[in-house]
Amino acid sequence: MNYTLDFTPVIEGMPNLLTACLGTFMLAISGMLLATVIGIGGVVLRTSKIKLLRWLVIGFVELIRNTPFLVQIFFIYFALPLAGIRLDPTPTAIIALGINGGAYAIEIIRGGVQSISKGQMEAGLALGLHKAQVFRLIILKPALRAIFPSLTSQFVLLTLTTSIASAISAYELTSVSQRIESDSFRSFEVYFTVTAFYLVISWLMMRLFAFFSARYFAYPVK
Amino acid sequence: MGQDEFFFLLMGLKWTVALSAIGFVCGCVAGLGIALARTSGVPLVERITAGYIALFQGTPLLMQLFVVYYGLALVGIKVDAWAAVSVGLTLHASAYLGEIWRGAIEAVPRGQTEASKALALGYVSRMKDVVLPQALRISLPATIGFLVQLIKGTSLASIVGFTELTRAGNIISNQIFQPLTVFGIVGILYFVMCCPLTIYGAHLERKFAASVR
Amino acid sequence: MSDISTTKATADAMISMTGVAKWYGAFQALNDINISVRKGEKIVLCGPSGSGKSTLIRCINHLEAYQQGEIRVGGILLGHQAKSIDAVRREVGMVFQQFNLFPHLTVLQNCMLAPMRALGLGKAEAEGRARQLLERVKIAEQAEKYPAQLSGGQQQRVAIARALCMRPQVMLFDEPTSALDPEMVKEVLDTMIDLAREGMTMICVTHEMGFARQVADRVIFMASGAIVEEAPPAEFFSDPKHERTRKFLGEILGRH
Ligand SMILES: Nc1ncnc2c1ncn2[C@@H]1O[C@H](COP(=O)(O)OP(=O)(O)OP(=O)(O)O)[C@@H](O)[C@H]1O
Ligand SMILES: [Mg+2]
Repeated sequence: MNYTLDFTPVIEGMPNLLTACLGTFMLAISGMLLATVIGIGGVVLRTSKIKLLRWLVIGFVELIRNTPFLVQIFFIYFALPLAGIRLDPTPTAIIALGINGGAYAIEIIRGGVQSISKGQMEAGLALGLHKAQVFRLIILKPALRAIFPSLTSQFVLLTLTTSIASAISAYELTSVSQRIESDSFRSFEVYFTVTAFYLVISWLMMRLFAFFSARYFAYPVK
Repeated sequence: MGQDEFFFLLMGLKWTVALSAIGFVCGCVAGLGIALARTSGVPLVERITAGYIALFQGTPLLMQLFVVYYGLALVGIKVDAWAAVSVGLTLHASAYLGEIWRGAIEAVPRGQTEASKALALGYVSRMKDVVLPQALRISLPATIGFLVQLIKGTSLASIVGFTELTRAGNIISNQIFQPLTVFGIVGILYFVMCCPLTIYGAHLERKFAASVR
Repeated sequence: MSDISTTKATADAMISMTGVAKWYGAFQALNDINISVRKGEKIVLCGPSGSGKSTLIRCINHLEAYQQGEIRVGGILLGHQAKSIDAVRREVGMVFQQFNLFPHLTVLQNCMLAPMRALGLGKAEAEGRARQLLERVKIAEQAEKYPAQLSGGQQQRVAIARALCMRPQVMLFDEPTSALDPEMVKEVLDTMIDLAREGMTMICVTHEMGFARQVADRVIFMASGAIVEEAPPAEFFSDPKHERTRKFLGEILGRH
């Protein structure tokens, strides 16, 4: 074996790779936002008085958690046009990421809401606040604080999952690197470099969450 | 979709099961080593294993499979796709399981280690007879949770070009142009594998929480 | 519905409960409760654990729903519609055994939240009110701290101030001192005594019999979800009528 490493194609493709990192970031952040919305909405439905709604949410969560993201994104990719919705691969990927992350977010947020003592709810009601106000003003922040560590790791996982969106050619780091790889055949060099990029991206994501946590959830507890 | 196509999917399913089993079993063995190294008390060893874990938890599994696949070829080891994927999944699993079990080992009360030291037990017996049995019990729900994640992760082998369940689905879908039916069935097959494990894991977790109280 | 002639409810009653009954599933927690509390009156509610004291006062602001009878607070009929519940909750303050301060808000914010959000007060007015009441419970200098940074006694006084910020007509206390270390009980009781002197209508679930003697107009004794005995404190302690009351007093006073 006298293979010599040659990073020239990687260096030449660097501007493309760096912009693709932004694409990955964009995909991840949009996915997280959608996942959060689905998560909160799901928790509200999950605690609804209507049994059917509760079961629908449970079914949704289990269906998503027990099937691979790759299969989900293919399914959504083919299902949306049949439902009359024509979207580019990138928005399609965001929807898939949001649905996938949302299922996990439902379980995490539900745990956080349950961790808040019943007394907090009652104190709010006794002060004349409405249920929605109690949830928004009293329950939400401590619940978010309680779940922030698990939400962080789930969202870092979501960030890593964006690489699978390359399967439908969404614009992000992995699909761009695949293009450079197939043009240059320097597979190892390309993927090695891109792996390092992902390491930095997930590290940045973690810092970002730590920053938010310190900024918005820093109140003393016993 | 006819019988032949379904049979083709089942052939893919067989490989998905095989990949999962190999990845999990080998990952358990390697992961145990990682967990022990991570809690060895030797700073350098702990630092290196922490880095190993951070590396695998901070990068996409897909990239890990790519790097292993092309990396093995690079160092002159010519292997089939399935062997490369197995190595990749094993490394991936060893890092995740190592981290899960590190947490569990640290969750065993300090008094247990102290009591075994006071009883003059050596490191091997202390770990094998006292700490690990308790740690494994604590970590069982998380371990099963990871097994589910690993089964789903094997689907990425399809992107590397190995024909397991998802790639079998791709192939059929391209033949018969019924992607929703095909991926629906593929999804159901994964669900049938994963859901019982998920339920069992949740059951263990509840049981464990109840016994702690 | 209970017969009008058997109830002592009068038009000027601040709180009246008539024939109130409540079930948890098949278990009856309250049985034919009739109470009438005049404006400015102080009631101490006592009884053994599980007798339904908490359930009773939690019905008054509808933290628990009741199934039978009628509750009126300040002339408002407490039905099960959101409207009457809201109206009642604005008139009734409650202090809990576990304080239930909001951990993510400062002491001042804890006191300002409900006046702003439930009464629609402006920020300046809410803050003025909050500072004034924190002054009154002698804790004004802690206004910028978070609950976790206060002692139990201080937290409970903040909880009282927080309830008072709504300018309620009635205050309900559910064992406000039972979660406190002994040395902090007095500061909370003193706050409650001050409040009583200023003419607040109060219903207190407590086993602090010294407080009952000093402040209560009437002591109500409950057992098994029903009112067993009701008398002014002097009479209640010196001459209890019922065997169960005597037994309870023996236990509780013997302990002290
Ligand atoms: N949510 C509930 N579901 C079912 N039963 C309940 C519930 N809350 C209270 N109970 C029951 O109702 C009865 C009265 O409870 P309550 O809390 O009012 O008693 P209490 O007099 O306040 O007792 P304590 O002195 O222990 O606080 C008890 O037997 C209790 O077990
Ligand atoms: Mg009680």
